[in-house]
Amino acid sequence: MPIITYRDALNQALREEMQRDDRVFLMGEEVGVYQGAYKVSKGMLQEFGEMRVVDTPITELGFAGVGVGAAMVGLRPIIEFMTWNFALLALDQVVNSAAKMLSMSGGQYPMAMVFRGPNGAALQLSAQHSQAWESWLAHIPGLKVVAPGTPYDAKGLLKSAIRDDNPVIVLEGEMLYNTKGEVPENEEVVVPLGQAEVKREGADVSFITWGKMVLVAQQAAEQLAKENIAAEIIDLRTLNPMDADAIASSVSKTNRAVVLEEGWSVAGFGAHVADFVQRECFDDLDAPVLRVHQEDVPMPYAKNLERAAKPDAKKAVAAAKKVLYLEN
Amino acid sequence: MATKVVMEALSPTMEEGRLVKWLKNEGDKIASGETLAEVETDKAVMELVARGEGVLRKRLLGEGATAPVGQLVAVIAAPDENIDALIGGAGGDAAPAKDAKPAEEVVAKTEETAGASSVPRATEQAQGEASAPPQQKVPAFRMGTAAPKGQAPPSPTPATEQPRDGGNGEGRARTSPLARRLARERGLDLQTVRGTGPGGRIIKRDIEAAVAEGVAAQPAAAGAPAAAPPREGDFNDVPLTQMRKTIARRLSESLGPIPTFYLTADFDMDRVAEMRTAMVEMGDEFKVSVNDIVMKAVATALTLHPEVNAHWLGDRIRYFNRVHLGMAVAVEDGLITPVIFDADRKRMSEISREARELAKRARDRRLKPDEYTGATFSVSNLGMFGIEHFTAIINPPETAILAIGAVEKKPVYVNGELAARQRMRVTMSCDHRVIDGATGARFLQTLRRMLENPLMLVY
Repeated sequence: MPIITYRDALNQALREEMQRDDRVFLMGEEVGVYQGAYKVSKGMLQEFGEMRVVDTPITELGFAGVGVGAAMVGLRPIIEFMTWNFALLALDQVVNSAAKMLSMSGGQYPMAMVFRGPNGAALQLSAQHSQAWESWLAHIPGLKVVAPGTPYDAKGLLKSAIRDDNPVIVLEGEMLYNTKGEVPENEEVVVPLGQAEVKREGADVSFITWGKMVLVAQQAAEQLAKENIAAEIIDLRTLNPMDADAIASSVSKTNRAVVLEEGWSVAGFGAHVADFVQRECFDDLDAPVLRVHQEDVPMPYAKNLERAAKPDAKKAVAAAKKVLYLEN
Repeated sequence: MATKVVMEALSPTMEEGRLVKWLKNEGDKIASGETLAEVETDKAVMELVARGEGVLRKRLLGEGATAPVGQLVAVIAAPDENIDALIGGAGGDAAPAKDAKPAEEVVAKTEETAGASSVPRATEQAQGEASAPPQQKVPAFRMGTAAPKGQAPPSPTPATEQPRDGGNGEGRARTSPLARRLARERGLDLQTVRGTGPGGRIIKRDIEAAVAEGVAAQPAAAGAPAAAPPREGDFNDVPLTQMRKTIARRLSESLGPIPTFYLTADFDMDRVAEMRTAMVEMGDEFKVSVNDIVMKAVATALTLHPEVNAHWLGDRIRYFNRVHLGMAVAVEDGLITPVIFDADRKRMSEISREARELAKRARDRRLKPDEYTGATFSVSNLGMFGIEHFTAIINPPETAILAIGAVEKKPVYVNGELAARQRMRVTMSCDHRVIDGATGARFLQTLRRMLENPLMLVY
């Protein structure tokens, strides 16, 4: 099975879906001539032409709105944000237009569209460009939110997102684009929305996570394995709708949960997961649910401070040991 | 303003109470001071009285059920008052510390904290009822609402802000939800489990350890193929009363896992000796030993005293309706206790023959496991070694064992005159978790009557 990058997996998904359905088009800053700020849309201008791979000015609210309008008349736009930090300007279109259209028009206006781009911190991009937005987006009824952590899931979830008739948010990661993984060549890769995956089986503690933090969870699980602690990794993959059964079945097995997320702790998506676990798995819990997250500060630019602020494998290992009552 | 009725500490050592009987129904009008229910403490049955007036809106504890001190058991409120928040929070609230004296208990009273005028008003009302005991007055809605900034609640401190575990940790053991569930499933009393989590929290591994210990303590029960598996009707399982629990817990702390005490009695065996002689004169086939007669008497006495024919099962006591008599037999390098099943229904000749056979097979090491497990009561006899008096060790889960000494001629006063009589001393070891002094003594009294008047055995 070919091993490809997360970046190429997204590229494959975009091209396959644009080949499959001519209502699908890509629009955003630098997606065409420059081949994408992160080269996700490499070769696509050549393949599909200017009508379907559209370069825009630096006007997030504007082109997000054009996308909403296009979806209202039956096209299936994919709006690329260079990063989700820049998408803050477009949130009115995302939240007030895209997320509400089906509901407020009673389904008269279709709204099959995708907003995608990298989310969370990379390296030394400082406070304004290092933010994880899933808690904001998953909060909004009317939006579906996915956060793939592997090339396979990136391809499969983006294809499902494009085919879905609702507005779907796809949270990628600058630090993920170069990661590699197996993606089959001659079969269609589609990952259904709303389905978590057990990325690693273990009986002692459940790491519940998504997106970039899946990699952190894997590092932590490796370290714990050296101490004969078997961590299970539940990759939610889709945040909204969340796969509650997958969480419950893991926690009922391990009796302890650690939620890993990139964002800040206050009102973070991890708090929503913890809320679910304490309510639905109460009698299965042998320890409080713990969360590993970014420290509640604007991301520092200094390398050492940035490292200290980010959630990492060391923090995840410590949390796992705490719920196992191995450390205080 | 609703009044929360909580399980009160009705004795200084009470940690939980069993609600024996509700004396008021939901919907009844309640005056302050009226008796709401009867509660069994670790010492006695006491009255739980209302600390506020209104209507008994909700009873949260069923008759027969047990609640820890401080747990919400009922709500008294105005007929139309919304008490959902109170009921929803049942059990989660702070318990008054168990050793706090009710009369000095600070009234737990909070007013709706919105609005600046509430501060002086709350103070005034709190003073007005400062002598009221621990039932907590709380606003009818928004329980536990913290005071807005700048409006610190006036002294006294609302009880709803006390630590949730009762403050000093003396009251209820902190327990993880999983541990709580496992304990319930395995019939384990959390009071007996030591918590090793943070702050003494009882967690899964503590339950597993407690279960493992329990199994180790009862190897016979675990490994027994059980000749006659107990069937319904063979026994009555009786849940522990509060007093029984307290006795069991406190005496175990004092003396080890089986708090044993000993009762010694001196029986006159003249008539038993006469009987033996008479039987022997009839021919060798009618010969019985003193031990056979004692066994028959013990078995018969046990039918009259099921309270000592029992097993301790941790959360309950199993009283047997059948008598399976264990008989300690010394073998070359140890001791084994074969069982005469249904000894009370067997004639003396059968007991005699079976005892002989079992003893022989024991010495030959040919006993099957189902022949030495399942005793409900045991007897150990060292009389043949000339031992006058000794104490035997209880074989759990049995709760008593009778140590039989030698029959010897001794000078005693009979009707004011010194006479030489055959005497035998027995000592009963009793598990105090099940058997109290007087209980054991009554059994020995019956046994004495039977051995001193052997005709009682056929009465």
